[in-house]
Amino acid sequence: MFRRSDQDKRPSLQIFVDGVAVEAREGDTVSAALLASGRDVRRATAVSGTPRLPYCMMGVCFDCLVTIDGVGNRQGCLVPVAAGMQIEIQKGKREIGR
Amino acid sequence: MNAVPQRDAYDVVVIGAGPAGLAATASASAAGLSTLLLDENPGPGGQVWRAIASTPVTARDQLGADYWAGAELVGEVRASKAEIIHRATVWSLDRHLEIGISVGGASAFVKARRVILATGALERPFPIPGWTLPGVMTAGAAQTMLKSSALVPDGRTVIAGQGPLLWLLAAQILRLGGRIDRILDTTERKNYLAALPHAFAFVTSPYFMKGLAMMREVKAKVPVTTGVTELTAAGEGQLAGVSYVAGNRRETIPADLLLLHQGVVPNVNLAMAAGVEHRWDELQLCWSPVINGDGGTSIEGIAIAGDGAGIGGANAAVVRGRIAARAAIEALAPAAAAKLTPMTALKAALAQAERGRAFLDTLFRPARQFRIPADDTIVCRCEEVTAKDIVDAVAIGATGPNQLKAYRRTGMGPCQGRLCGLTVTELMAQARGKTPQEIGYYRLRAPVKPITLAELAAMPKTDDDVKAVVRG
Repeated sequence: MFRRSDQDKRPSLQIFVDGVAVEAREGDTVSAALLASGRDVRRATAVSGTPRLPYCMMGVCFDCLVTIDGVGNRQGCLVPVAAGMQIEIQKGKREIGR
Repeated sequence: MNAVPQRDAYDVVVIGAGPAGLAATASASAAGLSTLLLDENPGPGGQVWRAIASTPVTARDQLGADYWAGAELVGEVRASKAEIIHRATVWSLDRHLEIGISVGGASAFVKARRVILATGALERPFPIPGWTLPGVMTAGAAQTMLKSSALVPDGRTVIAGQGPLLWLLAAQILRLGGRIDRILDTTERKNYLAALPHAFAFVTSPYFMKGLAMMREVKAKVPVTTGVTELTAAGEGQLAGVSYVAGNRRETIPADLLLLHQGVVPNVNLAMAAGVEHRWDELQLCWSPVINGDGGTSIEGIAIAGDGAGIGGANAAVVRGRIAARAAIEALAPAAAAKLTPMTALKAALAQAERGRAFLDTLFRPARQFRIPADDTIVCRCEEVTAKDIVDAVAIGATGPNQLKAYRRTGMGPCQGRLCGLTVTELMAQARGKTPQEIGYYRLRAPVKPITLAELAAMPKTDDDVKAVVRG
């Protein structure tokens, strides 16, 4: 859906998406890194479980909700990636205690 | 930068680090007022200058001169004494000018003598059938990724809608080597005639030549279909195609990515939750705060600058930011105010920056069918409520957006009405034969962004706070 422009010379770093190592760039938000990864990163909604991807990328729509380092319902479009970050694609509601 | 506030109280707290917020911060700080700038994003710039301090798009002509114009103001703010906190979520503001801020999972309150809200705009909801499908995004979303991560559309890409941002985005995508298969222009034919009386002001504004050049640049490379009156995104769990009607022709084009845009509207949530009076704007078709010439609102001490005060664009936002700051300086440090640019000069600059706006507002006033959906088109994305659900709720007695919450939970999901509120107001107004002003809007309350109960509970408490809720 998206690809990186050749002029992007930012250093890369590694994050983990559902346990799989994925390359991201310094300064990416979690959502941008997920969309750039080419992986199926669709979440499932809390209400009906239908698949969604980020819609607004500016902190408004909450369709980027994702579990980051064990904390659920984070807005992936507002959180910059960090090396070693553990991302889980959220399927349905946030789990209690996470 | 990602720090907690250094003090409990400030002369001026500015919320939002886009053009208006940066300008307000620079002015207030330069006048010697203790100033705190709070922003939700990782860096300054807001949406229009997003990632200006970090963008990997280094070829300067690709993002354009209007983008790089922000660099100077960012430099000015960074060199000032103002405290800047990024990745700060402001979740509360009340009439006592107390501000609840969440930074890094912990919350604090700060007090202000003046608050300048510069929360900017968000893209107008574009509720067409299938707009919740993966692969459908806003044009602004694509632009955000382009500016902050140099990401460009790669698969079969369709851009649909209308307005200056749509053309700017298309030009930027093409300059970065991205792919656009088609542009579907939804501008209503009758709008061209309606906008004619405002054409002179527009033609003599700086927007005209820039807009014309950009449209030419895009049209040379991408087929454009005008007069689109129907739009549907189709697919099973993923966008597969876009159907549209233009003239008498219905066509379906295969697509992996559909970027939607029909203008921007003020981001009103924080101002409304603070109790600032808003009115329905019949031309811009949105809620705008009632403000005086200095950006002052119905609440003493709270001013609104930039697109959050009614859409005016980045140039106007900068001036409005300076005007709001100057009003704060006049109130708090009159001696410093005497040395600043006179208010009359700022007002003249604002009039200049707003030139051509009426033309744009009229020409790009979105069509009714793209604002007020029908049948099983989703209106509330969070709670997955359709237009038919809402019309049915009206039929059994729901009178307005607040009653509708009890019937269907619209606006009660995490986005708090940001993606459905305007649609719900207009849809209910249509169903009940009333004006949007009569129907009203959601009653918004803090927290205006979700925070955890644990975070609230962990906030420092005084003995009085505890006594107020503990029995015996």
